[in-house]
Amino acid sequence: MAYSDKVVDHYNNPRNVGTLDKAAGDVGTGLVGAPECGDVMRLQIRVNSDTRVIEEAKFKTFGCGSAIASSSLATEWIKGRTVEDALAIKNTDIVKELALPPVKIHCSVLAEDAIRAAIGDWKKKNNTTEPAPAETAAAQ
Amino acid sequence: MSEVSKQAAVPAGVHLPIYMDNQATSPLDPRVLEAMMPFFTAKFGNAASRNHAFGWEAEQAVEMAREQIAKLIGATAKEIIFTSGATESDNLAIKGIAEMYRERGNHIVTQVTEHKAVLDTCKRLEKHGYRVTYLPVKADGIIDLEDLKRAIDDKTILVSIMAANNEIGVLQPIREIGKICHEKGVIFHTDAVQAVGKVPFNVIADNVDVASISGHKIYGPKGVGAMYVRRRNPRVQIAAQIDGGGHERGMRSGTLNVPGIVGLGKACEIAAAEMETEAVYLRGLRDRLKAKLESALDYIHVNGSIENRLPGNLNMSFVYVEGESLLMGINDVAVSSGSACTSATLEPSYVLKALGLGDDVAHSSIRFGLGRFNTEAEVDYVAAKVIDIVRKLRELSPLYEMVKEGIDLTKIEWQAH
Repeated sequence: MAYSDKVVDHYNNPRNVGTLDKAAGDVGTGLVGAPECGDVMRLQIRVNSDTRVIEEAKFKTFGCGSAIASSSLATEWIKGRTVEDALAIKNTDIVKELALPPVKIHCSVLAEDAIRAAIGDWKKKNNTTEPAPAETAAAQ
Repeated sequence: MSEVSKQAAVPAGVHLPIYMDNQATSPLDPRVLEAMMPFFTAKFGNAASRNHAFGWEAEQAVEMAREQIAKLIGATAKEIIFTSGATESDNLAIKGIAEMYRERGNHIVTQVTEHKAVLDTCKRLEKHGYRVTYLPVKADGIIDLEDLKRAIDDKTILVSIMAANNEIGVLQPIREIGKICHEKGVIFHTDAVQAVGKVPFNVIADNVDVASISGHKIYGPKGVGAMYVRRRNPRVQIAAQIDGGGHERGMRSGTLNVPGIVGLGKACEIAAAEMETEAVYLRGLRDRLKAKLESALDYIHVNGSIENRLPGNLNMSFVYVEGESLLMGINDVAVSSGSACTSATLEPSYVLKALGLGDDVAHSSIRFGLGRFNTEAEVDYVAAKVIDIVRKLRELSPLYEMVKEGIDLTKIEWQAH
């Protein structure tokens, strides 16, 4: 089974590997997959609560080359996007970009889930109401 | 040993890619190819052509191969028949005995880590009115002899248990199994594919009635195998599954693959002569690889019994790192993995599951199959590469990070999709 050049590139040079402080108020953490399935992705975002722009994204993945590439690509794409724009990313975009074969499509689905989970976590922490000015200053 | 944090340079004497997957198949020994060649060129006769020299010389070569195989396993030449490979031998043994002894009973006993050639054949027989008991294995991969004794009843006609497992290299106690079968009057078949020529195997001493042998696992050619069928104490009869001319004492029709058979015979002759020293050599290489990995990495373990094991097999799990991603990183080394991602069906290894290992451990497993042509330099190179890649992938692994922080992964509610 040959991997696409892009998958190999992400595998050899993964982007944005690392960890953000999951307790921080501006960080959203998504942990998806399960060890029994052979795929676990943790995707974290740091969001500017004023602009709702994802300023930082980090990932760690337990999984095959395609899973690593999908999550690495996900962090690349969501950085600089607003939370709303990031939610627009579909797994099929990832499949296309990485030229994933049919048996690896589920890796892209997991990456999409990870993005949603991270954003969902951030939203839960930061709630629906606009934060008061004093709280905004504290969150900076 | 030099620093492993940087990419291992290719040392002298190491040629890439390195083949370390000898349980999947093995390269042809040059001596075997040499023995086979004339039978592709000048000596091309059909071994069943009774009336001319082309046939006689082919037949003579076949009979010599029979002797060579028989000698390796402690049988007589008349007890060896040729097939297209061990999958066919397994099919012929199990189906042939099931059919022949139908009047006596319809129960077969086997075990869960058998090769698919045995398991799928048993599954098919279950659809045709046979009952099959699949014995479990313990954490070391070995069956419990008490379970076997309890499983055999008055309708049992066959016990089929492999001598050595292809994934984990674990050796079953076939001598004791055979003894139990003989005491109870049940035929004992063993898939001896991975054991023959690697560890001592003698059909008389080991109480074996029927055995399957493969050419391409012992540095012989693909597309040929053999079957041992006992003629005395007890005499075993097999109903043919392929009809057409009655070759091989009526058990397996079809023109013989003379070059293949010659190759199989030669491979067995070489194995008989070199097995002992080769086993010492391979065990040394295997233990060297294991020691290097264990001294550099944490959270790794060997799957299956280390004492009762093929000399060249090392099946290890590198926990918190997934198998396919590991293989990708050592792309100039040929090994295999029990990970679901590496299988055609996306199922993790059923053999590792049978050991009681969690799927996550199966996903992290790598099978190293050392063989006759591997060298110490290759082992050192592979060890360095594996260590390097495991470390890199652990930096990428959320599981490893969590474990290092003291989090109990079994307590987490995973969000599987």
